[in-house]
Amino acid sequence: MTLLETEPVAVSPVRRGTTPRRTGRGRAGYFFVAGYALLLLAFGVFPTGYAFYLALTNDRGQFTGLNQFVKVVQDYRFAPAFTHMLIYLVMWLVTLVVLVVLTAVVLRSRVRPGTSALFRFLYYIPGALAGVASVLVWLFMLDPDVSPVSWLLTAMGLKTFAAVLAPGNLPLILMLIAFWTGAGGWMVVMYGALNNIPDDVLEAARMDGAGPWRTAWHIQIPMIRQWIVYMTIMAFATGTQLFVEPQLLQTASLGRVSPTWSPNQLAYVYAFQQGDFNGAAAISVVLLAVGLLAAGLLVARSNLFKLDEK
Amino acid sequence: MESSRSPRTGRRHSLLRTAAVTLSLATTAALAGCASADTTTRSSSGQSAFKPAAQKEGSRITVWADSTRLPSVQAYQKSHPDVKMKIVTYDGGADGSTYLQSKVQLFDRTGSGWPDVVFGTPTDVTWASEATKPDARPFAAPLDEKLVPQSTLDEFAKGSLTPCEFDGHTYCMRNDIAQVLLWYNKSLMDKWGYKVPTTWEDYEALGKKVAKDHPGYLVGSVGDTNSHESYFWSGQCPAFSLVKPDTLRTDLRDPKCTRMAKLLDDLIGAKAIATQGFFSQGFAENSGGKVLMAYGPSWYGQYLFKAGFKTPAKQIAAAPPLAWKGESTTATGNVGGGVWMVSSHSANLKASTDLVTWLTTSDENQAGAPTYPAYTQAAKAWLANPANRNYFANDVSEPFEQAANEVWTGWSNTRFSDSTAWSSVVLPALTSGKSLTETLPAWQREIAGEAKSQGYKVVDQ
Repeated sequence: MTLLETEPVAVSPVRRGTTPRRTGRGRAGYFFVAGYALLLLAFGVFPTGYAFYLALTNDRGQFTGLNQFVKVVQDYRFAPAFTHMLIYLVMWLVTLVVLVVLTAVVLRSRVRPGTSALFRFLYYIPGALAGVASVLVWLFMLDPDVSPVSWLLTAMGLKTFAAVLAPGNLPLILMLIAFWTGAGGWMVVMYGALNNIPDDVLEAARMDGAGPWRTAWHIQIPMIRQWIVYMTIMAFATGTQLFVEPQLLQTASLGRVSPTWSPNQLAYVYAFQQGDFNGAAAISVVLLAVGLLAAGLLVARSNLFKLDEK
Repeated sequence: MESSRSPRTGRRHSLLRTAAVTLSLATTAALAGCASADTTTRSSSGQSAFKPAAQKEGSRITVWADSTRLPSVQAYQKSHPDVKMKIVTYDGGADGSTYLQSKVQLFDRTGSGWPDVVFGTPTDVTWASEATKPDARPFAAPLDEKLVPQSTLDEFAKGSLTPCEFDGHTYCMRNDIAQVLLWYNKSLMDKWGYKVPTTWEDYEALGKKVAKDHPGYLVGSVGDTNSHESYFWSGQCPAFSLVKPDTLRTDLRDPKCTRMAKLLDDLIGAKAIATQGFFSQGFAENSGGKVLMAYGPSWYGQYLFKAGFKTPAKQIAAAPPLAWKGESTTATGNVGGGVWMVSSHSANLKASTDLVTWLTTSDENQAGAPTYPAYTQAAKAWLANPANRNYFANDVSEPFEQAANEVWTGWSNTRFSDSTAWSSVVLPALTSGKSLTETLPAWQREIAGEAKSQGYKVVDQ
């Protein structure tokens, strides 16, 4: 996923009207770049390469072709794990894109700047909680015995923690956790992107008779489309990596959540319970492929990299 | 950024195309490659004789224990100050905890770091007695190979070392057993004039009567991670039965499984048995005082009734395991019960073995141990200790000793925990209102799936 993390560089808005200065291309530049490049090699490229090596061999180092992939795909837990992930991803991405963009547009155009700043700060707070801590907060929220909103859970017919964690509810619960922790940060980013739209464009739209919603739909959202695509790619990538949340729910519910609920958990079980690092690597490679494929499709469909064209 | 500019776009497309072609060529090559090599090479057969690691007399040993067993290890350290020890507390006793297994997998890769002595569950022995990868040695040392005298091993309760045995060797010493018996609230039973059931049929009848006469009171729960061990193991249901070291029989259509499922379904339907676990959040507070009976392990007395439900002393009593009417043999289950293992990588096997022997067999340690010892002599000392019996309303010695010798050996230890399928498949189904009987096929499928993924051949007959 490291590859994806370099993409913000590609979409960062360039200052128009200034010619890039080509002076000072000395050793200092290489020096500054080298640190990141080394880390990228050590913790991004090398592990990825090693995963490919493991996925194509067995525990004696013999080349096994695609047999590891065949083996993990045939595992009875593989299809459920990927199905769970898919349902979760669809729910999460749709909610994320719709609500984040809507909130950002409303904050940008319909709320006074001071109030808007306060809201952005409030939205951002949950994101500051580390992954594990945020799940713990949700464990309290979802347990009718201790939850401050237990009346709400009881009203929905959920009287025990076990009932809340029914298998059908899990994608929704994980989506709520992910949205709560991740969405605030993206709202701030989208707000920033909306700020980049020149005032004269909005002024022109207003003069042409566009109301706030028409402006949002026809001017603002198309102009931040690349940011939305970028957010989707990043959210997709983190979504496929789902691990901590179901793992903690599994522990907290004393095993009521399957230990192989998500593909990453399945890979973990392969590596650390079955001692099958090769099978685990095969699952990771499948996940990488899914992530890259989705990112590639989104990039191609949205012309993400064409932002810089003049 | 340069590559994203328009003049280069054409070139980028052709680059992409080249990459795609290369990738598909590589894939074909990979597919055509020597794809016949095995994807896994579990080395269960042909274990060579145990060769100890190079010994360093007096070297420091590292001990991993769970928090419950920590005081015992500290007591040993105190009475043996000349033994150099490093004591580490870890989550070793929890159900289905795979911490030790994960760590040993990693130590086997890095070639160092193994603890010398560990406390674990019987499930741990199944993987620890086999190599985790081809060139590794099994983690657990065979204790019967000149480490612990056979005469000591012979003194453990009947069948209690069965989980420790693999390929004719003994890989662990049993710390405690968790034989299942019938716990009941004697004060309430006396007050309501109920007779303590001795058969499953009586238990069911009493359960239904309680549900009618005293709604809200419970005769058991099936909602915990290990409830299946209390009921289905005691019922001799062949859910986990290793017919050969690599062949697992799991047949939940067996009448011994279905009759237990039916009995439990009837009692769940009557609301005499809870689908919420005794150990689940809020149970102790909401229903802890309404537990008339509980079919469960010997440690329920101290850990469930005394510590969990805070039932006042002299109310709770123990009765021997239940039998089916007309059947001559009584069998019971075993819910946990820890083991001590010595690492085959230890550089100080002498000190490690000595510690494990002291922990499991000495009256000095076991008489005050928190749970019922597996070593017969130590169990007598344990029962003689007032701290282990004063809380109860009757003399628990007899039911405890009887149950310890009646644990059914047809429920095997497997490379995977028997709890996962129960808690992740059966319990959610029960919560959603399904009956146990109709969930049996799903439970069996999950067990079979897990077993196959762990390299077992699965039979259902």
